[in-house]
Amino acid sequence: MSGQGAFAGALLTPEAPRPAHLSDPSGTRATRRFDVYRNNVTVALTEALAAAFPVVQRLVGEAYFAAMAREFAQAHPPRSPVMATYGADLPDWIERFPPLAALPYMPEVARIEQARREASQAADAAPLDPRALAGLPPEALAAAHLHPHPAVRVLRSHHPALAIWGRNADRPDLAQSPPGEVLVTRPGLAVKICAAPTGTAKTLQALAQGASLGAALPAGADPSAIFACLFGAGAFAQPGDPET
Amino acid sequence: MQSSSLPSTAGIGFKSQHFDDLAHPGAVSWLEIHAENYMVEGGPRLAMLDELRARFPISVHGVGLSIGGEGPLDPAHLGRLKRLIERVRPAQFSEHLAWSTHEGAYFSDLLPLPYTPDTLERVAAHVDEVQQRLGLCMLLENPSSYLVFEESTLSETEFLAEVARRTGCRLLLDINNVFISASNLGTSAQAYLADYPVDLVGEIHLAGYAEEDDGQGGPLLIDTHGAPVADPVWALYADVIARIGPRPTLIEWDNEVPDFPTLEAEAARAAQLMARRRAA
Repeated sequence: MSGQGAFAGALLTPEAPRPAHLSDPSGTRATRRFDVYRNNVTVALTEALAAAFPVVQRLVGEAYFAAMAREFAQAHPPRSPVMATYGADLPDWIERFPPLAALPYMPEVARIEQARREASQAADAAPLDPRALAGLPPEALAAAHLHPHPAVRVLRSHHPALAIWGRNADRPDLAQSPPGEVLVTRPGLAVKICAAPTGTAKTLQALAQGASLGAALPAGADPSAIFACLFGAGAFAQPGDPET
Repeated sequence: MQSSSLPSTAGIGFKSQHFDDLAHPGAVSWLEIHAENYMVEGGPRLAMLDELRARFPISVHGVGLSIGGEGPLDPAHLGRLKRLIERVRPAQFSEHLAWSTHEGAYFSDLLPLPYTPDTLERVAAHVDEVQQRLGLCMLLENPSSYLVFEESTLSETEFLAEVARRTGCRLLLDINNVFISASNLGTSAQAYLADYPVDLVGEIHLAGYAEEDDGQGGPLLIDTHGAPVADPVWALYADVIARIGPRPTLIEWDNEVPDFPTLEAEAARAAQLMARRRAA
């Protein structure tokens, strides 16, 4: 194994032997000193995950989160130096993490936090002004093609994940949100999160794939509720915006 | 190649919680950002940076290139860096004599390398590649050390001087790192600075460290960037400034970040030392 291979292999694995040929100034094998790097790496990765998933951290507690993050980081070290995106697969990992199986809302809360982070970092685009569609006759409206904003994300929750998130993220207005769809977007610089009517996710998905407005609505959905939610949140981008 | 336009005054590492305070920057006349924190598509972080760059000279400081790595530089990361530099048009770009990535895994720490003819060749090739790709003259920073590589045959100062000679890069002198390494390795910080190629210094870093037990009854200094600059580091800084004159000087405080007045006071102390040297 190369020098850096042995060094790298021992960083995240406490059971791995510390690399050879490292010493302290007295010539003694460096163990305590190598552990400075082990600690730095673990702390840096844990802190990056805690910054992205503060509500999960609050729900499980700091010590539990740190232990969980260490286990996650050992299995999934970052594949990029951009720590702003590290941990995108943490929600899926939590879903398969046996010790949290009794808290099935936890992966859903983590997905809200991940969507929030993605929305915060997505490309900027001016939201579509709903007045642009105001004068259109119904058939022209049904034929219109709208572009979902680059920051928009819709999640489906089977548990009251949005309510739990709201109670722990200083958003008491969301504290009674029922299970169901959750819309996350960022029409300006501030991320918006709200409960969305059933069918919102399917509508946006169809629009993103090029369907017209009329064709995008799933059967049985409430069109006026869905459009009120999407336009209210600024979930569409202006057409022809160079950044979309 | 573009050369530095960072002023020989005091700057701070930018933290978003200080954005409003920077309306009255006091002794802070430029800002340094960690490149990787701004490698996002859009949103509030980049909006903040766009505002700041209109008001302050910006130094872009990379932490993720892994210039000391055994493997090739990551072309995708170099591409992200190039896009950021085109957006910010910084006064200066710097990176570390360290590695952080191995076989695609990134460790989010600045890891050490032995100093040998082989590692020298590799680091010089990587610095060359960065400078070619970004179209600028970069600065390379000395690391903080906790241990000794038995295979090293060159001193750190020889190593840095030779990388600079081969590539034309300049140097970022982190005086806190010099002090930490000397203490941890039982060497002399003064001797290090006497050997260091000071004429290549384009920027100085000052930061605080933490003191732990080395397990053998001695101190082990940890480069935490989480405390005020220590007195012996200020003394070394005053010596360097007396010798080479004012240089762009950064107060790095990345953990346990204090309120802005505390940070500004550190910058003011560096600015006073430079002003005293100018008046001498």
